[in-house]
Amino acid sequence: MAAFTGLFRRDLRLALRQGGDTGLVLGFFVLAVVLFPLGIGPEPAILQRIGAGIVWVAALLAALLSLDRLFEADYQDGGLELLALSSLPLELAVLAKCAAHWVATGLPLALISPFLALLLDLEPAAIPVLLVSLLLGTPALSLIGSVAAALTLGARRQGVVLSILVLPLYVPPLVFGAGSVEASAAGVGVRAYLLILAALTLAALAFCPWASAAALRQAIE
Amino acid sequence: MFTGVSFRLPAGGALLLTGANGSGKTSLLRLLATLIAPAAGKLVWGSAPVEADVAGYRAGLHYVGHQDGVKPGLTPRETLAFWMALRGLEASRAEPALDTALHTFALDTVADWPCRWLSAGQRRRLALARLVAAPALIWLLDEPTSALDRDNQIRLERAIAAHRDAGGRVVVASHTPIDIGPAGVVVLDAFAPTPDHAAAG
Repeated sequence: MAAFTGLFRRDLRLALRQGGDTGLVLGFFVLAVVLFPLGIGPEPAILQRIGAGIVWVAALLAALLSLDRLFEADYQDGGLELLALSSLPLELAVLAKCAAHWVATGLPLALISPFLALLLDLEPAAIPVLLVSLLLGTPALSLIGSVAAALTLGARRQGVVLSILVLPLYVPPLVFGAGSVEASAAGVGVRAYLLILAALTLAALAFCPWASAAALRQAIE
Repeated sequence: MFTGVSFRLPAGGALLLTGANGSGKTSLLRLLATLIAPAAGKLVWGSAPVEADVAGYRAGLHYVGHQDGVKPGLTPRETLAFWMALRGLEASRAEPALDTALHTFALDTVADWPCRWLSAGQRRRLALARLVAAPALIWLLDEPTSALDRDNQIRLERAIAAHRDAGGRVVVASHTPIDIGPAGVVVLDAFAPTPDHAAAG
């Protein structure tokens, strides 16, 4: 347990201290969302219609931005070998790193999404749904992304390979995340969407740490 | 890479791996650390093969490789506390051990600087400090003296001597002279493997 919390706290500290990670991700997220009204024009009806999709797509891209750093630094500086030799099973180490990644990126993304929703003139009733959908869905983004980040360790142009690998896997959370907000706007129940989103995150939680750990073992050899 | 290498390491024993660049010193150390699996042959800990209890074997060893694993954004104290946590030591309860380790390698004055300010030798000493911070039976050291000056090499040699006195085992790969006390020697030779049996101690 000391090892798990130690790793979680170190990764979080690094992400917050190096400023880069959290600030960069949030900055990208806000800018990407703001660009849409500029490009499409300030037509409230259109923005209301596509606002949830814009926020979700921007969140996916922003989460992607920091993924290549998830294991890369540890891989380069030998820290990964220490993790592999530590008392913590590699699967739990992946989980600790994903948790730190989510707290440093996914959580702040979700928390500022209501302000962006106001910017896009989303219906007031849709804003809590957007927030909850992001809170439920973004952990899956970190977990799924960890598999791709581990698989592409040491690859040339890792960032590009990673994007191509991981974006198709982000489709299910995107569909049900943006879908939940649209459902609320249409007056349909959002419960089913949010439950499926939670199920996706739970499935990622059950599967991804093992897949990532296996990929990391390959990378260390 | 190499064949016919065989040795046993009793309590308090030491082993020096030498050989030309590329002869497999690092590979042998990584093999001993269970980071890679041998193509043939086996690793025995006590009376059982290591595979029988990999976690138990790993818990008893320290591996200090070429790379220091030091994060530029953390301080030496935080780095060491994290490494101790990785070995299951609660950092808050292990404060004295942490201070001792920093002191052993003369890192007290830089303990709260960000590691990006440290020199290569200081980073190296920080990596070595984890040997002292979290006790382990076996130390596997890959070129531990690289970037160390004379005084700090003596600090390392003292730490190794103290470790051996307490019954610890040391395997050192080095191509520069290092005094680790009476030790067995394994000479790895690229492309012409020589079976070299060394009884340590």
